Amino acid sequence: MPATPARPVRPATPSAPPAPRKRRYAREVAVVAFAQSDHRRRTDELSEVEMVMPVLHQVLAQTGLKTGEIGFTCSGSSDYLAGRAFSFTMTLDGVGAWPPISESHVEMDGAWALYEAWVKIQTGEADTALVYAYGKSSPGSVRDVLTRQLDPYYVAPLWPDAVALAALQARALIDAGDTDEQALAAIGARSRADAAANPHAQLTGVVPQGDHQVAPLRTGDCPPVGDGAAAVVLAAGDVARSLCARPAWITGIDHRIEAHGLGLRDLTDSPSTRTAAEHAGLFDGPVDTAELHAPFSSQEVVLRKALRLGGPGDGVAVNPSGGALAANPMMAAGLIRIGEAAARIHRGASDRAVAHATSGPCLQQNLVAVLEGDRA
Amino acid sequence: MSASGKEPVAVVGIGQTKHVAARHDVSIAGLVREAASRALADAELGWQDIDAVVIGKAPDFFEGVMMPELYLADALGAVGKPMLRVHTAGSVGGSTALVAANLVAARVHRTVLTLAFEKQSESNAMWGLSLPVPFQQPLLAGAGGFFAPHVRAYMRRTGAPDTVGSLVAYKDRRNALKNPYAHLHEHDITLEKVQASPMLWDPIRYSETCPSSDGACAMVLTDRAGAARSPRPPAWVHGGAMRSEPTLFAGKDFVSPQAGKDCAADVYRQAGVTDPRRDIDAVEMYVPFSWYEPMWLENLGFAAEGEGWKLTEAGVTELDGDLPVNPSGGVLSTNPIGASGMIRFAEAALQVRGQAGEHQVPDARRAMGHAYGGGAQFFAMWLVGAAEPVS
Repeated sequence: MPATPARPVRPATPSAPPAPRKRRYAREVAVVAFAQSDHRRRTDELSEVEMVMPVLHQVLAQTGLKTGEIGFTCSGSSDYLAGRAFSFTMTLDGVGAWPPISESHVEMDGAWALYEAWVKIQTGEADTALVYAYGKSSPGSVRDVLTRQLDPYYVAPLWPDAVALAALQARALIDAGDTDEQALAAIGARSRADAAANPHAQLTGVVPQGDHQVAPLRTGDCPPVGDGAAAVVLAAGDVARSLCARPAWITGIDHRIEAHGLGLRDLTDSPSTRTAAEHAGLFDGPVDTAELHAPFSSQEVVLRKALRLGGPGDGVAVNPSGGALAANPMMAAGLIRIGEAAARIHRGASDRAVAHATSGPCLQQNLVAVLEGDRA
Repeated sequence: MSASGKEPVAVVGIGQTKHVAARHDVSIAGLVREAASRALADAELGWQDIDAVVIGKAPDFFEGVMMPELYLADALGAVGKPMLRVHTAGSVGGSTALVAANLVAARVHRTVLTLAFEKQSESNAMWGLSLPVPFQQPLLAGAGGFFAPHVRAYMRRTGAPDTVGSLVAYKDRRNALKNPYAHLHEHDITLEKVQASPMLWDPIRYSETCPSSDGACAMVLTDRAGAARSPRPPAWVHGGAMRSEPTLFAGKDFVSPQAGKDCAADVYRQAGVTDPRRDIDAVEMYVPFSWYEPMWLENLGFAAEGEGWKLTEAGVTELDGDLPVNPSGGVLSTNPIGASGMIRFAEAALQVRGQAGEHQVPDARRAMGHAYGGGAQFFAMWLVGAAEPVS
């Protein structure tokens, strides 16, 4: 492992305690456990089931719960990455759904599976939920695969890939004076330096900024392509307290989508992220940690503005895990942001954190969750 | 569903497209917009009244668009709103409606648009389901090849005569003639024609098989206050559940999966149903191959084990029988796969709203919508009623 030290964790400032938690929902729900795989460029020797199973075992072991004791299970994945229809049916076998379980699946990042599970707990029909997500990008070219999620009649036939679309966004930001190539390079360097303390990250330490992939984005501005999985356990109220010494309470969670056409959006802004943050109550108080799903360095610039996080040095630890620039397993990277933020609360390194997940070209769809730990 | 402190959920708008083999006149966006607009019109609501959109469909390979909800956000008025995309194989239409209902029941949103679709003419569903994966069981050229051995097992287990499957197909295709939205309108259908149709996957004949359809179905779900403003009678959700079990394991009963039994039992418990045969007035059941009607009659508790085929043979499941099954014509007459489960849920709601037109079951007060998917491993069901659930 590279020897770059982790960024020191900022202690919570006693003079600026987080705002007291507000009850905006019927039930208190917390992330009580989080596990993830080591994210790697390829996992040819592993099926998806084999990649997911250890993560499921780890996350359940943290709580002592068995599959049959979980109230609701929900997963996120994509058939297009697996290259076959109904790919998630086999992964369910890895969960061990016997006797039959109450279960669902979203064809989205696992962060939205977590949202569905959170809603289920809010209805009172479940007290606990297992959420998992996974993606193997290595069997194909993820740049090509992602073009298939664009408008199938007018845009997809042109095969514009995700890096090219992100470069359009980066160019718009630079033209607007919001950033420059040097500032973008610093985001990539900071992310990978921070990732040195993350044993699961794919890229860590000093990574050369490299050549332009699609100008103005260089290799160091783009996420690594890799395979990985993650899982989270949610629990309500006293069940959460019994399963976790310091639960990461979800005090707000919301998600919003924008128009699909890039020409219909101001690419330098993310109104859907801002709206989701408002509905999640993010702006009710300060945060000390932000885990942002920003696969491209330029997208961190957009998200910082939408979430009012300020710039580097403004006191919020942004992507202390290294973020998506250090590991971006498709369909799991958003759930990992929630898990990483929660894990910092579990270990006392954060009192109030924001986690963000994204989907679609140039931040089309965004989810924001606010997580808080009980004050000592 | 209000007994546990949840908000009661009402269906106040339902919209379908006319299901056909190929809608060459509309894009995927045009297709879903049509169903959603009709559901809004039924509810007399506008796009601005919708707080969130929950969309479902079966595999993305069927249209060749990865995560099409991203592209469909504009067509469904979702811009600026939350949008969720559910995918639980063939049960997805039902699961999607349940996820939407939970948003209202949890009081996270007040009025939700839910929609499911499939535009199968954009590709070929049979081969979309048959992409080979090393070390995994292939679907054997589409779903029929997978399910035929389990139908054969049912016949052997129960001693059902081999005429029962054709009775179901003949009934459902005749019911479809009364449903203007159904895909297959076979005006010259006879029992003899069904029995003389070619054998596809023994014992499943061509006419006992569902078609490939283009179509969409949408519903507007809302809370008690929304129901009070509804211009037409709402259908109230009295119970809803999902259950899943593994695809492959030695103890699995493919003829009557435990997940289906558990799911039905959960719904009946929520709805206070103790004798489903007596308490439920109409059933919209996911029957893609005719023999699944007697099989599911047993799995859902409408008949004792081994007795399902006797209800079918006696005409109990006919439109004028005492337990009408698939008055709409069912999946056998209309199968836009991703939408098929939601159509079952929506048709059940139409029945208790008294809005089912020519295929209305007289005085239907409680109706069940049922969906299944994968290797008979994912189940989604709801029970809707004309009366608000007792809290």
